Amino acid sequence: MNRTGMILNTIFPLRALALLATVAILAAFATGCPSETDSTSTDSSSSSSSSIADNSSTSTDSSAADTTAGDTSSAGGVGQIAGAGATFPYPIYSKWADSYQKETGVGLNYQSIGSGGGIKQIKAKTVTFGATDAPLSGEELTESGLVQWPMVMGGIVPVINLDGITAGQITLDGTTLADIFMGKISNWNDPAIAALNAGVTLPDASINVVTRSDGSGTTYNFTYYLAEVSEAWRNEVGVDKAVEWPVGIGAKGNEGVAQNVAGAKFSIGYVEYAYAKQNSMTHCNMINKAGKTVSPDADAFAAAAASADWNSVPGYGVILANQPGDSTWPMTAATFILMYKSPEDDAASAEALKFFKWAFEYGSEEALGLDYIPMPSSVVESVEAMWAGEIKGENGQPLV
Amino acid sequence: MSGTMLNVGLDAAKLTEQRSRVLRGFAKGDRAFSLTTLIACWTVVIILTGVMVALFRGALPAFQAYGWEFFVSQRWSPPKEIFGGLPAIYGTLITSLIAMAIAMPIGLGIAIFLTETCPMALRKPIGIAVELLAGVPSIIYGIWGLFIFAPFLAEHVNPALVKFFAPIPLLNALFANGSYGTNVLTASLILSIMIIPFISSVSRDVFETVPAVLKEAAYGLGCTTWEVVRKVVIPHTRVGVIGGGMLALGRALGETMAVTFVIGNAHRINPSFLDPGTTISATIANEFTEADPGLYSSTLFALGFILFVITFIVLAAARLMLMRIERRLGN
Repeated sequence: MNRTGMILNTIFPLRALALLATVAILAAFATGCPSETDSTSTDSSSSSSSSIADNSSTSTDSSAADTTAGDTSSAGGVGQIAGAGATFPYPIYSKWADSYQKETGVGLNYQSIGSGGGIKQIKAKTVTFGATDAPLSGEELTESGLVQWPMVMGGIVPVINLDGITAGQITLDGTTLADIFMGKISNWNDPAIAALNAGVTLPDASINVVTRSDGSGTTYNFTYYLAEVSEAWRNEVGVDKAVEWPVGIGAKGNEGVAQNVAGAKFSIGYVEYAYAKQNSMTHCNMINKAGKTVSPDADAFAAAAASADWNSVPGYGVILANQPGDSTWPMTAATFILMYKSPEDDAASAEALKFFKWAFEYGSEEALGLDYIPMPSSVVESVEAMWAGEIKGENGQPLV
Repeated sequence: MSGTMLNVGLDAAKLTEQRSRVLRGFAKGDRAFSLTTLIACWTVVIILTGVMVALFRGALPAFQAYGWEFFVSQRWSPPKEIFGGLPAIYGTLITSLIAMAIAMPIGLGIAIFLTETCPMALRKPIGIAVELLAGVPSIIYGIWGLFIFAPFLAEHVNPALVKFFAPIPLLNALFANGSYGTNVLTASLILSIMIIPFISSVSRDVFETVPAVLKEAAYGLGCTTWEVVRKVVIPHTRVGVIGGGMLALGRALGETMAVTFVIGNAHRINPSFLDPGTTISATIANEFTEADPGLYSSTLFALGFILFVITFIVLAAARLMLMRIERRLGN
């Protein structure tokens, strides 16, 4: 019995060594460098890295901002198109993806990680296309070899929470809105608001301002509009995806702003139109550049797109804020797609372009159903001509 | 006969050799074992240093651009690239402090009740309930805080607080406004709920280590339960209680999601606890996705580095405090 014990114990060091070896192997895997250079070990390591790439292109994890897989292809045009970026168009992109997959069998993996993340990922070439609400400038596009076009549009609306006030009962103009968000107008019965709303009883209560705390394309387009109409805003606050808000609280995402406005009386915030409509929030009407009072609806957004001069800015990077036209909603915004002119993976890019072409052609009804506005046909034609002229494969032939 | 002797001798020699082989094996095994544990230990050190170095390298451009200004400036303007970390640092410290001030007495109260006065039949269910509270993911607290707790506070509690403190100088500045449900106080309250289970479960465990004979002796001398707790239980378990408190403080300092939902995310320092504020982790969580590479991103790294240092200082201070207490007890 004593002997058996001893024999068992002599085995113990072997076990410890095996443990050590396991740790060493794990460490080698973790650092990503094969511990030996013979052919079998390199084989195994390369096969493992390609399986990681497969995982990343098929996973639907929207938080995978740090996808570092080297292989950007969607497996030779089979199965998946990989994209990442703005959260604003995510509902319509996923709806299109669903219908497109049913029709063609090709899926879309879109990570809605925000416009900034989309730009970072397309520049790191981990995705086939990036999506952004704030367009890149002409120089930035040329510098990085990207092309850009608008895919779909939407509106931003001010939403309020006042007892007894229903949607559209309050009308604001650009400067008043800017002054409210700067804290210069801090009470609901301020003469500036009263002057625009004769006949409405305004409460004597301080205004609770709700803004976006996370960096967001919505904020970019909203502050762009305020800077257009208010010089004070332009000089003191500026335009960006996140700004130095002089007053108010910040909430995360459209749903956060909506919840904070709904949860506190006398508040005002700004959300995407689709969000306001689906949650039946109390929105304000606006006085547009032409001096007319308009309600936020599909026609008013489409009017903004119609009056815009899309070819005036490289990459169609027109901001639709404060466009002319009698029925134009002043806070309209387009969301953009970014792709490489000479992509590394022709097949994947061709698949992506096919998807966008399909979306332009057959996706309008679904877009309107979700309160997005499809691009006008003149813009679609121009974009498709640009694809043919600029996005070229290895052989110099256009991909579509 | 001599043959047998020889046999026995041979057997003995064989046995000795076997034994020494086995012993050598033990020694080898032990060396391998201690090497393995050493590697495990170094992994932690290497990862920790790696994180520290990476954060500092990321933060360097911001520190170079702003210097000490970063720690005292209140401005936060991404379009103008003016960044000051003070509101976030202040918010991190003040929410954690208020949370500790609320959670420490409640957590200790729970632990004392569970170990000293609670009927046996109730001990287990209450203990499990408290531990379940520790297992609730922070996002749940965030959602609950935003949808139910914050509107409730805004409607019923904040106006009452403002009214109550209005005639008291100094305190009326700390409890002013209160029209927003999401503010520094709401964040602190949520944080305190989150850290109560840490304090109470650690304290309960250490209270149970107090020898029954000590307590019985005190009761025998005619002490009340309060006196037993104050004079016997707490002095005996001081180190463990402070340890639990530090664990809780560490969690409060770094808590992100729940705080982001309810603090109001405003880069401003307001004297009133009922005004919105922000914390380091909330700022990073909010702004990292859309931060442009360059100074903006670097500033967020800098905030992360500062949080790291604050946590480190808190832990070091706790250690120092424990050491001093123990030295005083030794003397």
